[in-house]
Amino acid sequence: MPQPLLEVKDLRVSFRTEDGVVKAVDGVSFTLSPREVLGIVGESGSGKSVTMMSVLRLINDPNMLVSGEVLYKGRDLMKLGKGQMQEVRGDEIAMIFQDPMTSLNPVYRIGDQICEGILTHQDIDKPAARKRAVELLQQVGIPHAGSRVDDFPHQFSGGMRQRAMIAMALANNPDVLIADEPTTALDVTIQAQIIELIDKLKDDFDSAVVLITHDLGVVADIADRIAVMYAGRVVEFGAKRDLFYDPQHPYTWGLLGSIPRLDRPKASRLYSIEGTPPSLISPPQGCKFRPRCPHAFEKCMEEPELVSRVDKRDHLDRCWLDPATKRVTRYNTIEGGRAA
Amino acid sequence: MSVDGGTPLVEVDSLKKYFPIRKGLLSREVARVHAVDDVTFSVREGETLGLVGESGCGKSTLGRTIVRLLDPTSGDVKFRGRSIAKLGRRGLRPLRREMQIVFQDPYASLNPRKRVGSIIAAPLQIHGVGDRDERKKQVRALLATVGLSPEHYNRFPHEFSGGQRQRIGVARALALRPKLIVADEPVSALDVSIQSQMLNLLDDLQEEFQLTYIFIAHDLGVVRHVSDRIAVMYLGKLVELSPAEELYERPIMPYTEALLSAVPIPDPDLSDQRERIVLQGDVPSPINPPSGCRFHPRCRYMTDICVQVEPPLVDYGNGHLAACHHPLNVDKEHAKPEDPSGASQPVPTPDIQRSSVVRRIVDYSKRPEEQT
Repeated sequence: MPQPLLEVKDLRVSFRTEDGVVKAVDGVSFTLSPREVLGIVGESGSGKSVTMMSVLRLINDPNMLVSGEVLYKGRDLMKLGKGQMQEVRGDEIAMIFQDPMTSLNPVYRIGDQICEGILTHQDIDKPAARKRAVELLQQVGIPHAGSRVDDFPHQFSGGMRQRAMIAMALANNPDVLIADEPTTALDVTIQAQIIELIDKLKDDFDSAVVLITHDLGVVADIADRIAVMYAGRVVEFGAKRDLFYDPQHPYTWGLLGSIPRLDRPKASRLYSIEGTPPSLISPPQGCKFRPRCPHAFEKCMEEPELVSRVDKRDHLDRCWLDPATKRVTRYNTIEGGRAA
Repeated sequence: MSVDGGTPLVEVDSLKKYFPIRKGLLSREVARVHAVDDVTFSVREGETLGLVGESGCGKSTLGRTIVRLLDPTSGDVKFRGRSIAKLGRRGLRPLRREMQIVFQDPYASLNPRKRVGSIIAAPLQIHGVGDRDERKKQVRALLATVGLSPEHYNRFPHEFSGGQRQRIGVARALALRPKLIVADEPVSALDVSIQSQMLNLLDDLQEEFQLTYIFIAHDLGVVRHVSDRIAVMYLGKLVELSPAEELYERPIMPYTEALLSAVPIPDPDLSDQRERIVLQGDVPSPINPPSGCRFHPRCRYMTDICVQVEPPLVDYGNGHLAACHHPLNVDKEHAKPEDPSGASQPVPTPDIQRSSVVRRIVDYSKRPEEQT
């Protein structure tokens, strides 16, 4: 395995609230190799966004407590000063946010917003930065980039705004691009355009990508490895094909089973994960998924570790069931509702 | 869920809904948004009709116009054979009991200052059903029906999660025992695991109360799961109407084909194999929709005729209708439907039988290496 570009070790993020301490991220570790696409999948509240926001130290809340290490090319980002962090942010690690409607400043021109990042990190003058902005807009597929560069965000459609956001993130040729639900606010046909674009640009710019999404379909397309998060923890982590064809955690099975899928015969009834995600203030004892898991047994009262399988070192999961049992039981969860 | 032989519950006839754009001191009408433009179809009793399309295609406006939350610009809507497009407030009131709507956003569609009990009881109160105690009893029963606890009666909406709120919205819609429920993107704000609970609930309720659904959604997977028939809309027009499975097996309209191929598939190998049609550009403005076929600027089969002549909605048999000059997946004899305008022009037809949906079942008892 190549030297990791980014290594997160035992990241914990919690927030003090009136009701108690919310453990949003509870011991997350992963690595990201150069030019790799890592998918982070989870439902709302699973901690996927908070994890990546804290990697960039974007959350500024006096009630937040963070611990753990975030090593970027060997440097611990958690220990950097404000100024040093700003040099990394947007230059070496850049982020695309979920909602292009609210992430762009409505009173500045698109071009100026792209130039701002370029001028902060590169030693060039304004006309050169503007030229670069036009080039970037062309690269992300905005027609008539030369004139559209002076448009305001409201003159762009949703898909074009997301393209502009991507142009902004790529402005300084970052090594890591974090995309937080980049397509959630968009229609399927536009989503397909954006995913294709990210897939192409990661090669053009030689960047590694962390793609945060709740949609397993999106990561099936472009991710190399996938982490599934539940209640602030990674519950399964593995190469894409292993995760889809040999899923180890019952939560992953549930996710795969509850999507109405076009690539399967119509299900008479969808599998559904009973109940709701647990409170992060007083999470259940033992495995966090235990109260919703149909396969739970006594042992699940103890918290399982994220461990790799005996026969496959790079496929990790957090579950007490033995792999042989899993192979027998998971079919019903994932495909059970569908008529064969 | 009966597909065939049902009597029409709702008949929509050349329905149009335009929104005027006014400008200036005298608020003169300068343009119109063609939100729903000449749409005709019917919904049979007991079926689920799925209504799909991208944002701005007019699917929500159509749903709201059918239940008369909006007044149609022209055209007619018949409910059980009776025209309701021109009824006034008074005349509509008894019909409101029969037609209810579930809204998309469970955070915006419940009054945050009202308790759940009075939110669900509101329709009962308005229609003077029972006395206070009777209504309370009914609301408790409704809460149980949608999978909430009757003890939730006195809580406020903010105490519930998104999925639970949507259940409250469903309970409110059910309160008057309607015949028709228009569900406007009822699951799109919910997480996958909660979404499947909700879909199963709607399925159960349909059986229990013999409901007819108009199910509006942009997710083609969800729509396939719930629908008996599916209507595809593009820029205010109905472009294809088909029995559910058939739409996925052999889409006729190229827009439907592209829409299907854009749906991400959570199976990496299949995802690699299938043909991907990425539509270029955005949906044009409904203020000045393109001439001829409204899809022509984004269509890969576009020819001159598409720019000039608007394709009529043609029946290709088996209740499968589509509006296209270059229909896909149809037999040659069907390919040249009789042109009602009389303007016959040779129409090249792509003769490939294709399906953008590939299927297989993964054998989960094997390891990925052993699978083919």
